[in-house]
Amino acid sequence: MICQECNQRPATLHFTNISNGDKTEMHLCERCAQEQGEMFMMNQGSGFSINNLLAGLLNMEPSFQTKKQEAFHQEHVLKCNHCSMTFPQFVKVGRFGCANCYETFKGQLPPIIRRLHSGNSTHMGKIPRRIGGNIQIQRNIANLKQVLSEHISKEEFEKAVEVRDQIRSLEKQLEDKRKGGE
Amino acid sequence: MSLERFISQAVSSWMSEDGPDSDIVLSSRIRLARNLSEINFPTLATNEESGKVIETIEDRISKGPAPGFGKMELLKMDDIKPLQKRVLVEKHLISPHLAENAPHGAFLLSENEEISIMINEEDHIRIQCLFPGLQLTEALEAANLIDDWLEENINYAFDEHYGYLTSCPTNAGTGLRASVMMHLPGLVLTRQMNRILPAINQLGLVVRGIYGEGSEALGNIFQISNQITLGKSEEDIVEDLNSVVSQLIAQERSARGALQKTSNIQLEDRVFRSYGTLAHSRIIETKEAANCLSDVRLGIDMGYIKDIPRNILNELMILTQPGFLQQYAGGPLSPDERDIRRAAFIRERINMEKNQ
Ligand SMILES: [Zn+2]
Ligand SMILES: [Zn+2]
Repeated sequence: MICQECNQRPATLHFTNISNGDKTEMHLCERCAQEQGEMFMMNQGSGFSINNLLAGLLNMEPSFQTKKQEAFHQEHVLKCNHCSMTFPQFVKVGRFGCANCYETFKGQLPPIIRRLHSGNSTHMGKIPRRIGGNIQIQRNIANLKQVLSEHISKEEFEKAVEVRDQIRSLEKQLEDKRKGGE
Repeated sequence: MSLERFISQAVSSWMSEDGPDSDIVLSSRIRLARNLSEINFPTLATNEESGKVIETIEDRISKGPAPGFGKMELLKMDDIKPLQKRVLVEKHLISPHLAENAPHGAFLLSENEEISIMINEEDHIRIQCLFPGLQLTEALEAANLIDDWLEENINYAFDEHYGYLTSCPTNAGTGLRASVMMHLPGLVLTRQMNRILPAINQLGLVVRGIYGEGSEALGNIFQISNQITLGKSEEDIVEDLNSVVSQLIAQERSARGALQKTSNIQLEDRVFRSYGTLAHSRIIETKEAANCLSDVRLGIDMGYIKDIPRNILNELMILTQPGFLQQYAGGPLSPDERDIRRAAFIRERINMEKNQ
């Protein structure tokens, strides 16, 4: 099957979108599916925006396909208490309203995030220096704990002791920071 | 205004300077998306909130400039004329979205135009570093310095799990989009792109033409960028892109070598025909100009043409866009008039080089 957007490459992604009982199918190649109207695109309006694409992706979530759950969601619509965005609105526009939306919709997000980021769901990159100090320490501790268990499984006890001390000192740092912050 | 002066004012460093592998990689770009923690994202922000974002940035600047980047001036989109906006977009300094759909948009620009910071675009802050040649690592370093400088006085929306929180979930995590602009005439002429593109897509990278519509890559210029922003470190994202780009460079070089070996005279003929078109035509459309510029640039890179600097491709691809032509003409032009102006502009530009 050929991608219906570019009519060139083979379609590898197939979306079925059901709204109001109408079923529409989309067959896209990877590239067209990921087109995001990024900066360098001088020519916009090629018809199919990330917004409706994302809406398509989100609507595919199994939890929204059964009528029962749809009814449930109409009764208890999730709504961000900071920006007032509801979950259906988010699905429609494909954009969060504010940072707090991530917290509000956290029960719904993991499958969406994984789908968009090749199965990844946890940030592994930069941590802001000023506000992220504790997170960095926590991440270091988690890494060291892994190293520790590797050393133990290889019976490298001297190295294990070294790492254990490093972990302790980081844990102390963390505790001091928390006390200082209060 | 004289053409020389117009060009000297219009050209950013990434367009005029050479960088590593700049026979094939025209430019490297890093973009970081950031948001303020307490304020609604720009799509929902009120006038007041958007104003607060700008104030916060102005406040940051007033406490001292980013180290090593010189003075950066904050410009509000409201104060910029439509034609100027268009020119900024054509130079890749701001996004079409900021120019057209961001009522409270603003941006900061470094003097050499390598750094721009867009405000109230899709996210509150988008840091962009645009360097000549293949310099993703250097551009990332610069972007990180700007990021750290901003963060000294700004509380970013950040989550342990989802990283930097962005308006669109496709940017969450690092908020990093790394991209390179590559000139790949050898791979296009040897019909290898159709084979290579799917392979690159499989590696989690996105390829597309920068100029032209849809899948068409005018001037054989392609942009390659990372697709996922979450679950990998910034360094890994850049490294993965770098390694694919290096392979593409090697393949492009070998395609050029093969072309020279098997079809030297045909290639030389093609290059000089295009040169002739650019040097003498009276009417030229964007598409023809782009294809001829690509040929001429290839001719320069392969040593057929010696009296023209190679940055003419980067420069003229941008300076012959509609916004620039109208800016140079000093007013609006119909598409037909643009084609005439474009031909004249290119002729003059080539003669300017010859007369030096
Ligand atoms: Zn397609
Ligand atoms: Zn919200």
